[in-house]
Amino acid sequence: MTGAAHEEPTSFLRKYVFSLDHKVIAKQYLFTAISMALVGGLLAYVMRMQLASPGQEVPGYGMVSPAGYNTLMTMHGTIMIFWVAMPLLLAALGNFLIPLMIGAGDMAFPRLNRLSYWTFLLSTVVLISSFFVPGGAAAGGWTTYPPLSGSAALSGGAWGVTLWILAVALEFAAFLMGGINFITTAVNMRAPGMKLFDMPLMVWMQVAASVIFLFSVGPLIAGAVMLLLDRTAGTGFYNPATGGDPILFQHLFWFFGHPEVYVILLPGFGVIAEILPVFSRKPIFGYRMIVYSTIITGILSFMVWAHHQFVAGIDPRLATPFSITTILISVPIAVTTFAFIATLWRGSIEFKTPMLFALGMLGVFLLGGVTGIHNGTPAVDIYVHDTYFVVAHFHYALIPPVFFSFLAAIYFWYPKMFGRMMNEVMGKLHFWLTITFVNVTFLPMFPLGLMGHQRRISNPNFFEALRTPEVERLHDIATIGAIGLLLSQIPFLINFVWSLFRGREAGPNPWRATTLEWATTSPPGHGNFEVAPRVYRGPYEYSVPGRDEDWLPQNVSG
Amino acid sequence: MLNWFPEAASSYAGDIDRLFVFITVVVGVFFLLAEAALVFFSLRYRRTEKRKAAYIPARTLRSMAWVLVPCAVILGFDLVIDAVAAPVWNEVKQTLPAADERVRIQGEQWAWRFTYPGPDGLFDTEDDFQLVNEMHVPLDAVVVFELTSKDVLHSLWVPALRLKQDAVPGRMIRGWFKATREGRYEVPCAEICGLGHTLMKAILVVEPPETYREWLRSKTQTAARAEVGHREEQG
Repeated sequence: MTGAAHEEPTSFLRKYVFSLDHKVIAKQYLFTAISMALVGGLLAYVMRMQLASPGQEVPGYGMVSPAGYNTLMTMHGTIMIFWVAMPLLLAALGNFLIPLMIGAGDMAFPRLNRLSYWTFLLSTVVLISSFFVPGGAAAGGWTTYPPLSGSAALSGGAWGVTLWILAVALEFAAFLMGGINFITTAVNMRAPGMKLFDMPLMVWMQVAASVIFLFSVGPLIAGAVMLLLDRTAGTGFYNPATGGDPILFQHLFWFFGHPEVYVILLPGFGVIAEILPVFSRKPIFGYRMIVYSTIITGILSFMVWAHHQFVAGIDPRLATPFSITTILISVPIAVTTFAFIATLWRGSIEFKTPMLFALGMLGVFLLGGVTGIHNGTPAVDIYVHDTYFVVAHFHYALIPPVFFSFLAAIYFWYPKMFGRMMNEVMGKLHFWLTITFVNVTFLPMFPLGLMGHQRRISNPNFFEALRTPEVERLHDIATIGAIGLLLSQIPFLINFVWSLFRGREAGPNPWRATTLEWATTSPPGHGNFEVAPRVYRGPYEYSVPGRDEDWLPQNVSG
Repeated sequence: MLNWFPEAASSYAGDIDRLFVFITVVVGVFFLLAEAALVFFSLRYRRTEKRKAAYIPARTLRSMAWVLVPCAVILGFDLVIDAVAAPVWNEVKQTLPAADERVRIQGEQWAWRFTYPGPDGLFDTEDDFQLVNEMHVPLDAVVVFELTSKDVLHSLWVPALRLKQDAVPGRMIRGWFKATREGRYEVPCAEICGLGHTLMKAILVVEPPETYREWLRSKTQTAARAEVGHREEQG
């Protein structure tokens, strides 16, 4: 417990820049990642404009060359996964919530936490700088498969991929520090009386995601080091001419890459698990069942990676076993999703903005989930692999946790973070615009893929089969959707800033919620709790029979 | 939905398309039921003055059954999908029928190179001939290809045939198809392969056997003439 103790800082630099306070570090991650989300969104805007009107100048960017397009799509994917999804869902939400939810004063290792953020910021600087080096940023896809990424001669740029590897390595170092901190904090620093099965599901999900990340990241780091050596030292780990094998990298990448999906999804589920009970005034349906299905999901996530490689040239006999594990993962995910839906049953549901985003998350995620079965079936994957069908699928699977869960979380915990409420009218407008334009953007990509439209091409008009009015119309719709989606974030940004100064004072517990973060001031002071809380019960005791009030906080005795 | 697919032009395209439809129907039912429950519960149980929420923590297996039973049904359908899907994969990728025609395909930045064995039917002999970005095959014949790559990963992608296979440097991957419809089909590269990735495209010509033989003969003669010319130059 002593690890967390540190003096309250007085100077500006110590308080807001080189802070040890988990809440400040969470906000640093939050603002850095929101900035990166805008960068990633603008890259998507340029791509969508090019696809809707190939060869025409994109307002605010100019002409899109084939090389430029490759860079756009590579950096869009890289930024959205590593510099948006992970920092928002794990670093920002995990840092802010874990100590508060378990009644701790701070993280177990505050200095490691500070180092984690500064390493992350450095990784961001390295990544952004790669746009400006000779040859431009990495352009071989976010998966950076060798041999393309393995030599400057094949990929065009000498610096782009090298800086990409360096940036990702620094980023992973940051998240390793974060993950160790999350796990240690949740295991060792829970308030007296809080058993493991009294932890809010968000804490379970953060810990599970951290464990999955720690177990899966090693092989990718090994793979990346070999790739770096291939590029810089002339080794041939992935070069068949010198005894190497390009497919080795794919195994190492996806051994990390698929569990990574759950590293992102689980905290997204955690947000939903916190919000549904509050706004339906009901306990979560089957707390332990959700915990166990999460653990099973985590274990299974390590046994599915080769479903990314059905047609990559692996032994075809591997396909069906990997397909079985892949499709099997639908069961624990369905348990969690259905438990969320069952939580609504016979509740008393109030459609505040956080609840709308939580419900929207589930509604959108269902489509991403079921289309995973198509991709996970090897024979169907022969056709849909590397087409827009896959692009549609993973956006439907990832936008719910990254975008909807994150926004739900901001609307929900903003009062705790900043002490004021966000505006409900602007929030609702933001929700309805967002969910509309998400579907306008990504639904057309399913038929595009089924028409045989491959991913990662800069100009469909080069192909006779894609030079049709239908393809053009679907691209136009998707582009309108993407622009609409970007513009829809304006009310959010205005709301965010406006509420900082003009929002209604929140008070400690504006949502009448039961978990420990609501048992302290908003925002919590240094050290979080004036009186260390004691825990008497599980996290979701709403509408307990025989009580006047419909919520029974974890820290209230009796 | 099926009319989104390009018209099927290979012996196994129909199996893949039917599998797609089967999966869509199965998961579609679960998708619609789950969305319906989500929307219905949200509206039916919205907050009113009178109603208080029920206290249902679902701590017992009995109450969890509301979730676990539907999930068991999903598990059952998962296994059905696995069972239905495995034979199709097996047919397309795990078996190699006897070849009527053989061709070597090489991906390179940024073209497809096709090598035919020539009249003797053997590769690496003098009568082999090569084509860039153009491939001819006879209708209704089993074509066995040997796919390689010269430089980076590429992916041989013929939407009309429902054929996709990555080309990997250092590996020779055998595969097959039987084209069942005459026509000219585009063969893009489906794996990002550098600057010219978008522009990498070949044309596959599926023609009646007689036309194909004629084409083969003309190609062989050209190849032979070129060979003779080459020798004369050297002599």
